Amino acid sequence: MSVRVYVPGDAAATSIGANEVARAIVQEAARRNTALELVRNGSRGACWLEPLVEVTTAAGRIAYGPVTAADVPGLFAADFLKGGRHALSLGPTDAIAWLAGQQRLTFERVGIVDPASLTDYVKHGGYQGLARSLAMTGAQVVQAITASGLRGRGGAAFPTGIKWKTVLEQNTPQKYVTCNADEGDSGTFSDRMLMEGDPFTLIEGMTIAGLAVGATQGYIYLRAEYPHAHRALKTAIAAAYQGRYLGADVAGSGRGFDLEVRLGAGAYICGEETSMLESLEGKRGEVRVRPPLPAIKGLFGQPTIVNNVVTLATVPWILAHGAEAYANFGTGKSRGTLPIQLAGNVKRGGLVERAFGLTLKELLYDYGGGSASGRPIRAVQIGGPLGAYVPPSQFDTVVDYEALSAIGALLGHGGIVVFDDTVDMARMARYAMEFCAIESCGKCTPCRIGSTRGMEVIDRILAGTDGERNVKLLEELCDTMVQGSLCGLGGMAPFPVQSALKYFREDFRTRTRQ
Amino acid sequence: MSPGLYKASGAGRTYTVPLIMQTLNSSDTATVRRIVAELKGRPGPLLEVLHAVQAALGYVPEGAVPLVAEGLNLSRAEVHGVVTFYHYFRTHRPGAHTVSLCQAEACQSRGAEALALHARKKLGVDFHGTTADGRFTLEPIYCLGNCACSPAALIDGELHGRVTPERFDALIAEQGKRP
Repeated sequence: MSVRVYVPGDAAATSIGANEVARAIVQEAARRNTALELVRNGSRGACWLEPLVEVTTAAGRIAYGPVTAADVPGLFAADFLKGGRHALSLGPTDAIAWLAGQQRLTFERVGIVDPASLTDYVKHGGYQGLARSLAMTGAQVVQAITASGLRGRGGAAFPTGIKWKTVLEQNTPQKYVTCNADEGDSGTFSDRMLMEGDPFTLIEGMTIAGLAVGATQGYIYLRAEYPHAHRALKTAIAAAYQGRYLGADVAGSGRGFDLEVRLGAGAYICGEETSMLESLEGKRGEVRVRPPLPAIKGLFGQPTIVNNVVTLATVPWILAHGAEAYANFGTGKSRGTLPIQLAGNVKRGGLVERAFGLTLKELLYDYGGGSASGRPIRAVQIGGPLGAYVPPSQFDTVVDYEALSAIGALLGHGGIVVFDDTVDMARMARYAMEFCAIESCGKCTPCRIGSTRGMEVIDRILAGTDGERNVKLLEELCDTMVQGSLCGLGGMAPFPVQSALKYFREDFRTRTRQ
Repeated sequence: MSPGLYKASGAGRTYTVPLIMQTLNSSDTATVRRIVAELKGRPGPLLEVLHAVQAALGYVPEGAVPLVAEGLNLSRAEVHGVVTFYHYFRTHRPGAHTVSLCQAEACQSRGAEALALHARKKLGVDFHGTTADGRFTLEPIYCLGNCACSPAALIDGELHGRVTPERFDALIAEQGKRP
């Protein structure tokens, strides 16, 4: 039997040379007349070790990384196909400390399976959750999700079971399950990694949701910036149809569920659920006024589940292992695990899935290893472009929904962007307003006009024009946007500005004096 | 009045203006009509249609708007409104290669701003611009999900991470050799 070699096909890994490494391995193997089976797996999440090459040996999977194409002949010379020692040896993949301490539930198969293979998925425990759910009533499935304590991982943290229950209770023939894969927050990539590394988990989660609440059609609304994930999803959906896990008779249940991917078109606002529904209907992504809630009147006016990728992809694990097993992870009202993404100026960036309860300090220094530049960390932004900047004095905060909210920050989609001491916080505040101005859907005035005014006011502060008065004006403007905007874009864009003013006031003052 | 013209009045004067500012050649017209016919039965098809038009023609020409509107039984204003709402759809023919540089926070923390400055200078165009020789179009993009390997760039659908100014030059040189 030929040796199986894994080289991630994940977008992040390929962005730093994984395709070249894969090509070099195939060429070198051909030159040496050595047989091997190349698998393009997802990423294990240790982006700092990518491209991470793995080989299956009698002692399990052995890792090498970060590998460049130029290293490949040397790896062959060191007999890496048998796990031979090399300067890039990392030992057994499961024993790499950064990975070993993680609690992978949602991401249990990402980086391990061949994302294009339904057989591999089933071999690694896939579709066990669906099998369990088929033996339950819709209400029992919804109850299990409620009992697990799962909350929306897209950012709003709304209890998933409650949303599903509302849809279940609607008496209409047509309902929908939609997946919000418009992962636009800077510093987040968990959705992308999951869709590329284990797309069948998302498909299974949506199928369970659809059959539970009586929806026969699902849509994945995927951002256009993710061409790799698009390919992975299309391949997996085709395989799921082929294997009769999608279509008129799901897994022999006699019940149908259809699923397709729809592409967004570069509008950040479409990550807001009602805007996403408008976009799915082929319209401008303008936010809807709520109520009615999407669970009652959603896509094409019908009851609709709208959940994030990670939320839906967690459903199979909960069904397969039981609600209680999931709820046993976590702390307080934040149950289960969270795939946290360490991004930006961080030495060991990537995806860390752990039960809620770690502090920022543990994440940034134990996992992250401090800044990539080696300079002191001055601020982190949590939860994307609408999230607050957090100073080092608050790094003892636990990363869960309630603890972050208590310090005026938010967890959002779990992305943490690290900045060293060269960051100019007044510029970052200006960027928050600029981003809001670029991405505002234009429906409500505080967001549409407020963001542009915010940029202008910050420009005046930076130019030293009437600094103190303009800072006060900026604070009032932020308050207006927070109170008066229709959705989270205008309502939260001031958070980074307010936190920059609160914790990094000197950056505004310095300029005022100039 | 000849077809394609209509009368408008304002400020006490009457104007004759072209109804269709820009018309497509017959091959592009056929392409757009085929796409509309193929997709119009799908639920909420407009974005799908526009994606297919842009994939086929490289952009969504103004002249495609009335064809799409007619085919989907929408007003031209509705189609125009959707085309212009989304950053991804472009109404002008792009260069042979599209270079998108991420400008979001994670990339900023690793020098995206300096890279953008370098790229503008190197290509001699601002964001949304196309080089005079028609080789490259430079676009800003807001997050490519490559935030642990910043700064990131997307060149013709290929993702690149840890893009230094030197690496950018190498990537451009490499693309320059392709048609």
